[in-house]
This record gives sequence, C-alpha cells and structure tokens, in this order.
Amino acid sequence: MGVGIQVENLNAWYGTTQSLWDINLHIPANHATALIGPSGCGKSTFVRCLNRMHETNPIARAEGVVRMGEIDIYKDASPVEIRRRIGMVFQRPNPFPTMSIYDNVASGLKLNGFRKKRVLDEVVERSLRNAALWDEVKDDLKKKSGASLSGGQQQRLCIARALAVDPEVLLMDEPASALDPVSTAKIEDLIFKLKSQYTIVIVTHNMQQAARVAENTGFFLTGKLVEFAPTTKIFTNPSDKRTEDYITGRFG
Amino acid sequence: MNEPKLIPMPQTVVTAPKMDAVPSGDAQPAQTRLAAPSVIRQFLNQKSSGRVPDGLFGGLMLICALSIFVIVLLIVFVLVRDSRLSLHAFGFKFFTGTVWDPVSGDFGALPFIYGTVVSSLLAVAMSVPLALLVAIFVLEICPQFLRGPISFLTELLAAIPSVVYGLWGVFVLVPIIRDQVGPVLEKYLGWTGFFAEPNFGVSIFTASVILAIMIFPVISSISRDVMKVVPPSQREAALALGATRWEMIRISVLRNSRIGIVGSVILGLGRALGETMAVTMVIGNHPDMMKNLFAPGYTLASVIANEFTEATGDLYLSALIEIGLALFLVTIVVNAIARLLVWAVTRGNAARAH
Amino acid sequence: MGTLPIRSAGMESALKLRRNAMNHMVTALAVIATAVVLVPLVAILGYLLYKGFSSLNLAFFTKMPVPVGETGGGMANAIIGSGVILALASVLGIPVGIGAGVYLAEYGRGRWLATAIQFTADVLNGVPSIVMGIAAYSLIVARQHHFSGLAGGVALAIMMVPTITRTTEEMLTTVPQMVREAALGLGIPKWRTVVSVSLRTAMPGIITGCMLAFARVAGETAPLLFTALGNQFFNLNLNQPMAALPLQIFTYAVSPYDEWHRLAWGGALVLIVMIMVSVTLVRVVTGRGALKGGQH
Repeated sequence: MGVGIQVENLNAWYGTTQSLWDINLHIPANHATALIGPSGCGKSTFVRCLNRMHETNPIARAEGVVRMGEIDIYKDASPVEIRRRIGMVFQRPNPFPTMSIYDNVASGLKLNGFRKKRVLDEVVERSLRNAALWDEVKDDLKKKSGASLSGGQQQRLCIARALAVDPEVLLMDEPASALDPVSTAKIEDLIFKLKSQYTIVIVTHNMQQAARVAENTGFFLTGKLVEFAPTTKIFTNPSDKRTEDYITGRFG
Repeated sequence: MNEPKLIPMPQTVVTAPKMDAVPSGDAQPAQTRLAAPSVIRQFLNQKSSGRVPDGLFGGLMLICALSIFVIVLLIVFVLVRDSRLSLHAFGFKFFTGTVWDPVSGDFGALPFIYGTVVSSLLAVAMSVPLALLVAIFVLEICPQFLRGPISFLTELLAAIPSVVYGLWGVFVLVPIIRDQVGPVLEKYLGWTGFFAEPNFGVSIFTASVILAIMIFPVISSISRDVMKVVPPSQREAALALGATRWEMIRISVLRNSRIGIVGSVILGLGRALGETMAVTMVIGNHPDMMKNLFAPGYTLASVIANEFTEATGDLYLSALIEIGLALFLVTIVVNAIARLLVWAVTRGNAARAH
Repeated sequence: MGTLPIRSAGMESALKLRRNAMNHMVTALAVIATAVVLVPLVAILGYLLYKGFSSLNLAFFTKMPVPVGETGGGMANAIIGSGVILALASVLGIPVGIGAGVYLAEYGRGRWLATAIQFTADVLNGVPSIVMGIAAYSLIVARQHHFSGLAGGVALAIMMVPTITRTTEEMLTTVPQMVREAALGLGIPKWRTVVSVSLRTAMPGIITGCMLAFARVAGETAPLLFTALGNQFFNLNLNQPMAALPLQIFTYAVSPYDEWHRLAWGGALVLIVMIMVSVTLVRVVTGRGALKGGQH
C-alpha cells in the first residue's frame, strides 16, 4: 500500500543556483498527483528530491522536510533505504543493457542480495503482468536483453522493474515524453490502474495527460509551486492568474 | 488492452481497491487488485543502508587511484636515493663530462646524451612527415573500406615488441644499411660529413631508422585522433570557398589541430628517448660523439641495459642509476608537455593511452 | 582563414593550374607515404614468419637450452617463465588499474584530484620501461640481494597500471548516466551499482584494455634485464632468477652463434603469436555469451 508524502519548506540548489523555493505540499496516498509546468520550472528537480536522487549529482543539495508517512526521509533513513521504498521511472527508458529482461526486472532484488529463485520467478511474472508487458516478452525472458525491446516496451520494463521491489510510492519523471502515442496510451492506462495500490507522482509537460490520470495537480513556475489543487479545479477554475495563463497556452 | 491477471502467491495480501476519486474522461475504473508480497518488503527493509560497504568500496578505489601517485613518488625516491653517491661525486659535471671510464671511476654522461638526442631527433625527423601524410591519407583521402585495414596494420606495428625490432634490425636492417643504403648516401651526401666511412652498419643512423619505424604508430594515430576533432563545419567552410582538398586540409584541418599534432610529435620523441632494446642491439654501443652518423654511438637507455648487471662497485651502479634518473625526468617533462598539448585539443575525450 | 588564395582575373587559370597540381601532388605523396610505411611492416612480419617457422620444432617447446656448440635444445623454460611473470604482473596490475579507473570515472569525476591522477597516469605511461626495471631493482632486488621473477613481475605490473586505468575510465564514461540512475533509483547501494551495472556494462571494453596492456608488457625486455635476469634452467620459484622469452631472444640475438640465432627467430615468432593469440582469444571469449541486442 502506498503512503502519503508531506513536503515542508523544501529548497534545492544546483551549485549556487537555487532551483526550488520553499515548496509546501501534501501528496495523498494511493492517488496520482501530476506536476506540470514549463521546462526548467523545477518539477523534475522536485520529484528527484522526493527519493533523494537529487543528491546523486555532486553539486546539488536540498534543504527542508520531506515526510513519507512517519519517516523524515532526509533525517531518519539513508538514501538507499529511501529509494527502495520510493520507486522511480525516468524520462528516457533506461533498462540495464547487459541484463536479460528477467534480470532487469529482478535487478532491484538480486542486486540487493535476494536469492530465493522461486519467489523471484513469481515477482518477475507479477511485475511484468502489472506493467502490461508479460504477454509480449514471456517467451524471451532470459534470452533477450532489455535493450532489444522497443522504446515503449522498454519503458514498461522499467515500470515493472520499479514495481518488483514493491515500493510504496512511484515517482514518474515525464515517463511518456520519449514515446509514441500508442505507447503513451499504454503507460497512461497503467498509471490509472496502479494508483489504487501506489502513491504516484507524475511529472509531465502534457496537460491532457495530467488531466487524464491525476486527481491532484500542482503547477510549478520558476522553481516555485504556484498552485496545488484537484485536477478538475486546476483545469477549469484555477485561482492563480499564472496557472490560467499556462493552461490556456498563453505562455510556456 | 488486456487486464493483468494476478498470480496467487502465498504471501500475498490482497487489498480491495479504494476508488474514492475517478478523474474525468472515459477512463475505465481500475479493477486490478495489486497485491503487496510482504516477503519482499520485509527483506528489503531488513537490508542495511549499505553505508559501510559503500565507504569501504569507495575507499578501496581511492587507494588504487592514489597508488598511481605512490608509484611515481616511489620511483623518484629510489632513483634519487640510489644515485646520491654519483650525484655527490660529480654534481652537474656528470652531464658535461665526456669520459666514461668504470676502471678509473670517472663517469661523464655527455656521450650518451649526445647519442640519445641525435638518434631520437633524427628518428622524429624521418617519422613525422610520413606519419602526418598517412594520417591525412587515412582521414581525408582513402576510400572508406581501406580505412579499417590501414589503421589495423599501423597499430600492428605498435604491437611488435622492441626486442623483435632489434632482432630484425640486427639481421636485416644492419646489412641493408651497410651494403645498400650506406654507399648511396656516402656518394651523394658524403660531402656534408654526416655520412662517411667506416660504415659497419651498426650506427646511430641505423638506430634512428629503427626508432622511426617504432614511433610512427604513436605519432600517426594520435595526430589522427587530433585531426578528427576538427568539426566538419570547418572543412565545409573551406570547401565552400572553393578550396581544393589540399587547401582545405591545410587551412582547416592542419591549422586547427596543429597544437595537438605538435603534442603527438613530442609524445613520439618521448618514446624514442626511452626506447631501449632495439636501439641497444643496433647502435654499436660505443661512447663516442662523432659527426658521422654511420659511426657507432651509445644512448642513455642502452648503457643502462648493457652495463647494469655488470656494474662493479657502488659508484658505477650509482652513476648508471643517475642516468636512469635523468632519463626519467626528461621523459616526464617531455610527456607532460605533450599530454598538455594533446589534451588542449581533445579535451573531454582524453587521448587514448598508448 | 587569411590564406585562401585571392583570384585576380588575369592570373586565374595559371593559379588554378598550380593549385590543382599542388592538390594532386599532396594526394600522391600521401598514397606513397602509406605504401612506404607498409613496407617495413610487411618486411618484418614476412621475414619473421619465414625465419621463425623454419626454426621451430617440437623440441623448441619441450626442451631446455643446451650449451653453446651443441645443436638442438629449446626454450621451454623461457616460455613457462614468461607465463609465470606475466601472470604475476596481471594479478598485481589489473585490479589496481581497474580500481583506479573506477575511481576516476565513478567517484572523482570533475575533481582536481581525478584530473591530477589522469595526468600522472598518462605521464607514467610514457616513462621508459628500463626505468621501471631500475625501480624494481632498487625496491626488491637490492633489498633481497638476489634477482627474482617476483621483481620482474612487479616491474611489468607497474607498467600495466596506467594503460588499464585510462581505458577502464574511458570505457566507464561511455556507460550512460541514466543507467546508473536506474540502479540507484532502485535502492541499490553505490558499490553494487558500480560493480554490477557500470563495470558489467563496460566489461568488454575493459577486457580489451587489459589485453592491450598485457600485450604491451608481454614483449618487454628492458624491465626484466636486471630483475628476472634470465635463467638457463627450469625454475618456477618466484624468488629465483627466472627465464623469460624476450630476455632469451635478446641474449641469443646478440650472441655470435648461428644455432642461437635460429632459436632467437623461433622465439620471436612464438612471442608474437602468443601475444596475438591471447588478445584474439579473449576478444572471442568475451564476445560470446552476450545477449541479443545487448551491444549497442
């Protein structure tokens, strides 16, 4: 089951440039939350702060409080522990090129030292089924490399890989931006199904996508969270002028 | 789309989906019952944060990296320590003295410096035009299908061990230079004084020819790397102005990569200065400083190779180690300059180690 | 671009002629240069094959050297000795080289320390091999008061390190950052990410780099002259002087005896074939077993 995320006064920097300013936000459990905004507005930086991927860049740092349930992820746990519980799907599909499809899905467990083969088999099948990829790859699980799949399949493989470690939160950083429309539709279907079980945060520059999959939407502009509200409200009756300008296409 | 079917798992906890908010549109309500197998969660929660192994691993890698510094410092340290006898005895005179007499304990390294410098410079002079022409040929002129084989063959030259070059030099090159090349050069260039009898085949000139062949792959492949970095737009600009191919090469390729080409030449020089076996086998090993290139010579590296194991007495050994120290310092400086020049051009995609 | 020829109406055709002639001349020179360079290569390899093959026989590989004056004999001890010394050098040099490369690519990127180490490695790569021999002599032989295969192995190991470091680093930097992020994002510790993802992805290139380093030191003679020294007898003890193929070739080549010259040519051919075979073999072995679509 998913857990909610509470963000308080989050600031982030790349080197000396501040890229996030005082973000306050509650992401409810078992819902999909969309983050929209023009490129460079900080929405990607924001999700990367949620599972501490931000700090893998040596010049980047973040300050503030991020709570996942009862845990303060910057104080109470190591980045590795946090990332095991908060899965992430990236903008471009990034399967491990030297691993088979099976090993890609099992990697989160295998590389953490999980050895029970029977359980692994089950987890791989279940994750691939939940990522709607099982039927397409079940015959080449151990024969083909993850890199041999098409772009859309690769992205679903990455989702399966993230699901296999049984995360509580799933962060998706523009998961469909590099994909064709058919693959995009498949990914959206998936998000729609998965959100009953996971807390999903999806970054997108596609407003229709946000409207289709998310209950709540946040609008970012120049590193600040301008507005955060139920998706229907954001798209029909935004309270901030800048949000309105953006969703009506007057800029960005 | 097909709904995922769930596989029943013993440790699975099936939870009812809580659908409290369905967004707009025609989306179908999710019917999937995704289950959380607690076994996995439990396992991962028990796993350590990995901080300790992470720190150990990173530290180990750092130690490996620092060992490169340690190696260099250690080499400097032992060379200085073991040559201090000679350093004290001769001081700077060591490098200006022309007498090398182990019997009387008088050691001057000038003849070896002379042999090293002359043979290396001559080798560079012979090798550079060829290497650059071949680099230009491979990069700009030759048809695509020949590029691979020619590159491969020139790399093959680099893979032949020094001692095999020496073997070939002793039995093939030395007779050729003594009997064929020598007389011709004497006839036409004898008046310069550089090519004169007696010519036994083993000579500074022969050593230079062998060195030229050996450093050719270094200069050719690195200058090729450097020329490759020139962006196509530069070439197109020259061609668009109506330049012929040679003018294009001269104006955009050579001009833009000249710093790196100089670097590659200096790298070749560095290689030639320290080359030991092949030179030792064909240079004649006689500490003379003759204008005649057909006369035998001696180099810093070959005197070490020949006399080190026979060195009787601490001062003798110390003098040889001081020669090693000089060779080390000179090649370090030469290589440092060359690397900086090559780096300046290929920045980022660092020049491949050779 | 100031040197582009300026055309003036009257000189145009003459100028054009000269420019074209120049162009053709350089092209012709480049072709000739390439041909000239291939001559020594063919000459060396051809002569080596001719001389080498005619002097090889079974005894060459199975017999010990015989005293001057007797015919026959072989280089069994040198072949084995080379194998032992190279194995030692690889065991010492490869892990250190790969570790340093990992540090440069995965931990030190962008730091001044990493740049300094890269530079030092490049410079160390240019240090003459004979100097490595002196260093190993001073560090090991002078201290133990006897020559040994161990000292030879250490000298060769030091020579392998910078090459392996730089190729490992270069290969690791070709692994896309997003593949690393995928692993880190799954909660896999960094060390495990480096070992199982970065290194595994870059492995074919790293192995090639190790083989190049191996091939380079396999033919080295100078660093062994006063470390391993050479040995006319069979010896597997690393603490004793040890024979090595390149050393033996050198000794025989500069000797005045025809029989030894014959053995030197055989040895040279065996040495080159050994180098080529080991390089190709490793490439074939690592090329196999790759997954479909695994190589980009």
